[in-house]
Amino acid sequence: MPGFAVLLGVLIAVLAVSMVIAISIGTVTVPLSEVWTVLGSHLGWNNSIIDPIRNQIIWEFRASRVVLAAVIGAALAVAGACLQVLARNGLADPYVLGVSSGAGLGAVLAISLGSAAVGGLGATGAAFVMSMVTLALVFVFAQRGGRVGPTRLVLAGVAVSYLASALTSLMQLYGDPLALRGTMFWLLGSLQNARWDDFGLIATTIVLCMIWLLGRARSMNVLASGDDTASALGVDVNRLRIELLVITSLLTATAVSVAGGIGFVGLMVPHGARFVVGPDHRRLLPVSLLAGATFMVSVDLLSRVIDRPNELPVGIFTALLGAPFFLLLMRRSARAHG
Amino acid sequence: MRASVHGVTVTIDSHQILEDVALEAASGQFHGVIGPNGSGKSTLLRCIYRSLRPKLGTVRLGDDDVWRDLSARQAARRRAVVAQDSALDFDFTVADVVAMGRSPHKSLFERDTTRDRDLIQSALSDVDMAWASRRLIATLSGGERQRVFLARAIAQQAQVLVLDEPTNHLDVRAQLELLQLVKSLGVTTIAALHDLDQAASICDGVTVMRTGKAIASGPPAQVLTTDLIESVFGVRAHFGTHPLTGRPHVTFATLERTSTSTKDTKTP
Repeated sequence: MPGFAVLLGVLIAVLAVSMVIAISIGTVTVPLSEVWTVLGSHLGWNNSIIDPIRNQIIWEFRASRVVLAAVIGAALAVAGACLQVLARNGLADPYVLGVSSGAGLGAVLAISLGSAAVGGLGATGAAFVMSMVTLALVFVFAQRGGRVGPTRLVLAGVAVSYLASALTSLMQLYGDPLALRGTMFWLLGSLQNARWDDFGLIATTIVLCMIWLLGRARSMNVLASGDDTASALGVDVNRLRIELLVITSLLTATAVSVAGGIGFVGLMVPHGARFVVGPDHRRLLPVSLLAGATFMVSVDLLSRVIDRPNELPVGIFTALLGAPFFLLLMRRSARAHG
Repeated sequence: MRASVHGVTVTIDSHQILEDVALEAASGQFHGVIGPNGSGKSTLLRCIYRSLRPKLGTVRLGDDDVWRDLSARQAARRRAVVAQDSALDFDFTVADVVAMGRSPHKSLFERDTTRDRDLIQSALSDVDMAWASRRLIATLSGGERQRVFLARAIAQQAQVLVLDEPTNHLDVRAQLELLQLVKSLGVTTIAALHDLDQAASICDGVTVMRTGKAIASGPPAQVLTTDLIESVFGVRAHFGTHPLTGRPHVTFATLERTSTSTKDTKTP
């Protein structure tokens, strides 16, 4: 497939260019040439001495944030693609499984009760643990006699998500008003706390998950055609489902623990990717990964510049774009299926 | 390849769905499974194609137990299925769908080879759907779609074919053409059929199901008697010979309309 290789090349180039642009623009706009020099001094194509203040702005603040935006966007988009197969429903998204709400609850617990109350975990650690707990709960409710039905999965996700949101609201009502702003950023989703320290875990997670997924891409195509058909074609349906659930939750939990609940990326990006390369996961997954990264970098840039020098939570923008998109899809699928 | 089922019992949520069911399809035979709705036909087929593990009993393809001796992939290389659940939520093309038939033969990161593409093309030609290979599966008619699913089964190169009510929702012509196509493949076939007339004319052997039990099995001419049909389906059957094909055919009337209406009280 030479055409597909070209497409991947173009997507990688677009991602690289958008990352460099996103690094240069901000409260202080830095010329692209200077961005290039600073990146070069860290990545090895430039040995000249650089100004420590420029270095701090470009490398420590901007580059870390942009790179994390890319990785988080990639993780959420791939998680969305998996979830849509898992639920056999194009409207599914990591939000649907309640993972984001669970992570939000964990963060709010840590912020308002103090980290001692949640076993010494910080907001990030608590968010990660709670998103895994939420997912385990959703899974327990969704399975019946060892079989996980797509509809039950979505319904259990919605119910558990409501429960987590209700508990979060309760915590906020009784919480310290000063801590509220911090919790808001968690719930709405923002990359402003993203640091290089967070990069290792999420990058490793996505690389490992992606390798695993590409090996199962053919089976995912088959699972999308129905459980019985998948069994008939030699796929161990329940095992694949459980594996996909674990992958989805790992990807979502690591992303959410860094950036809070950024919704609809997992919904929009795989759909866009499917529109371009079709539903075959051997192509859909890599394209979703790259497109998700580019999308997140761009939306994060938008959230930083639209009200300069103030910054808005990026989750607001993804929701503003995503909710109408969701409704559009719903109308389209209603027309197709009656 | 021979396909056989012995002593299969299935219990779901403490309801007994199948009880001690046996079935045997000799190599190359077309074997029908018939019975009213809810009699356990689909459940039996799901046990055969390894979607549901029976509580008791064995399912064999050739000499191997599909649950004990074969992995899901190994079993899928021996038997192909046209199930009832084919979801259309994703925009797969006809070629994509048929390509899935190759998946049991592929290892984790293996790409499609020229041979795979040839098999996909020839399977589509076999069912007369080569013209539609770039079309979206969701845009086809019911009859065309079933032919594509059959092409996927052909691409799977299995020696046993399992069909779950393959002619459901098809018009008369599409029904006859599909069954003739299956028969012409010459592979061992186990098919749940709801049309007794079709079963009588096409099957080499039939198994009749009622409330989870196989109550009769054998060549259709011996098994499908007026009495058996009345006791299982609650209708009065009339057998004749088709004036054009010379094959047996059967027509029905409700019990109230026949002289044996005194038997009404016995039917549930």
